[in-house]
Amino acid sequence: MTARQARQQRDVAAPAVLAVFVAVVLVPFLSLLLASLQPAGTPLTGLAWPDGVHLENFVHAWSAAGFGPLLRSSAVIALAVVPAAVLCATLAGYALATMDVPGGGKLYGYVLLGLSIPTEVTVIPLYYDLRALGLTNTVPGLALAEIAAFMPFGVFWMRAHFATMPRSLIEAARLDGASSWTTLWRVLMPSSRPAVTTLGVLYFVWSWNQFLLPLILIQDPAKRTAPAGLGFFTGQYNVDVPLLAAATLIVIAPVVLVYLFFQRHFINGVLSGALKG
Amino acid sequence: MTTTTTPRATPPVHKGTGPPAGARTATRRRRRAVALLYVLPALLPYTLFAVLPALHTAYLSLFDWDGVTLPTFVGFDNYRRVATDPQLRAAAWHAGALIVFFSVLPISLGLVSAALVARRSGRRGTSLIRTLLFLPQVIPLVAVAIIWRWVYAEDGTLNQALRAIGLGHLTDSWLGSFTWSLPAVGLIGTWVVAGLCMVLFLSGTQRIDQEIYEAARMDGAGPVREFWSVTVPLLRPEIAVALSITVIAALSSFDLIYITTGGGPGNSTVVPGILIYRLAFGGGAVGLASALAVVLTAVIAVAVVVINRLSREAP
Repeated sequence: MTARQARQQRDVAAPAVLAVFVAVVLVPFLSLLLASLQPAGTPLTGLAWPDGVHLENFVHAWSAAGFGPLLRSSAVIALAVVPAAVLCATLAGYALATMDVPGGGKLYGYVLLGLSIPTEVTVIPLYYDLRALGLTNTVPGLALAEIAAFMPFGVFWMRAHFATMPRSLIEAARLDGASSWTTLWRVLMPSSRPAVTTLGVLYFVWSWNQFLLPLILIQDPAKRTAPAGLGFFTGQYNVDVPLLAAATLIVIAPVVLVYLFFQRHFINGVLSGALKG
Repeated sequence: MTTTTTPRATPPVHKGTGPPAGARTATRRRRRAVALLYVLPALLPYTLFAVLPALHTAYLSLFDWDGVTLPTFVGFDNYRRVATDPQLRAAAWHAGALIVFFSVLPISLGLVSAALVARRSGRRGTSLIRTLLFLPQVIPLVAVAIIWRWVYAEDGTLNQALRAIGLGHLTDSWLGSFTWSLPAVGLIGTWVVAGLCMVLFLSGTQRIDQEIYEAARMDGAGPVREFWSVTVPLLRPEIAVALSITVIAALSSFDLIYITTGGGPGNSTVVPGILIYRLAFGGGAVGLASALAVVLTAVIAVAVVVINRLSREAP
């Protein structure tokens, strides 16, 4: 086969492969969307065109099935976790990358250990200890557990970012008499927006999607987060399919919107975050 | 992911000029103390709510405890049970099988398709495709599980498709079948991570110099040969990353299985995560659950170290 023939073959094969991949990703979403538009009480239909568009499923999911309050508590958790975790990770990453931290290398290794700690190994004592402190069923309890779980990646990410900033910038600021605090906020942060945004987006998605921690640390049905509520709802018998489909769409909407808006940040964050390790 | 060295920013010491030695050490000491203060807000929650709980689990694993009454010390009994209990062993096998679906399958698919796609002439629409392929990575696994329960259901999309192409006799209630539930759940994992692997490998192939491909072709390498001797070796770092991410996901899977099968039918899809949850929060066997969690963490840590080792070795 000549080179030209090979290239022609590839030019046909490549789009075909991509089309198959994209179709396989999209078909399940399509059946979810179609199910959410069916009249209430319709049994499962697979890929079937709905009988008219029944948006009332979304209204019911929001109010009667209680997904409005669930979404709100997820939002509260995310608002508590994301800024605090980004700030802590930024400060630690800055110090580890640019300052003479006593035992810095060992400290950094200690933080990285956390990357291979699964939630399963922390959740049992977290439940009993937070309960003893009266922190189960509370926003601070769950938020602290999430911040702790997200910290290793954040410190790793921000340290890698600050390590790429030109040394001379920091030296110059210091010679001008700027403190380390001023150097961080006035000199380094203005050009750190992309790195910080990426971390914030990743943290938001992780916090929103977290399941095991809220499932265990929040036992009070009224205070559950959206995915935990969804899981609880699924477990009941005689689930109304269009209602559950609508509820699922409501729960995934915020992360999908954030993702679509910040997609470059998200994808680059996952890819380069993984590769820098 | 286990770099432990950090470039030190030791301030240059100007001998002879500047403040006297005593003042210099004092400043330096103050600076180091300040540096520590910067790290503290991250270290504190991480230590209190991640590291200490993990150690506490290791401690609990030495006790027989139902979560209510006083615990009794039993030494390594729980670990002995982890090694011998048939249900726990089944969970270990299933986790191993999930690695095939979460890691081997998506990485192979990703590599082949990246090789096919990377070198086509036009690159139109690649960014939209990237966005779509990443979508399963973004939504909560609970939602993924709900979507796929419907795909696999008696009247779901999969059976509908089988009937449409005249294979109606093959339909099954996939998640309720002793034979098919594990592969069915595994394929959901494949669906979630395949896009991530492909995008990861695609961005890797952009790093590869086109001239290497030209050279391979000059030497008469066909597409298969080219794949094994150029694409795969040069994508080694990306493959290692995909392996660590997906192996961790497979071993510590919980959400997907909790929602799709809950470990059933029977025990045909139990995995360590499900057992830890059941034993600790329903079965009154907190010590045993803790021992299982410790073993799981150790296995994950070993896997990560091995994968990193392999990726550093020269091809």
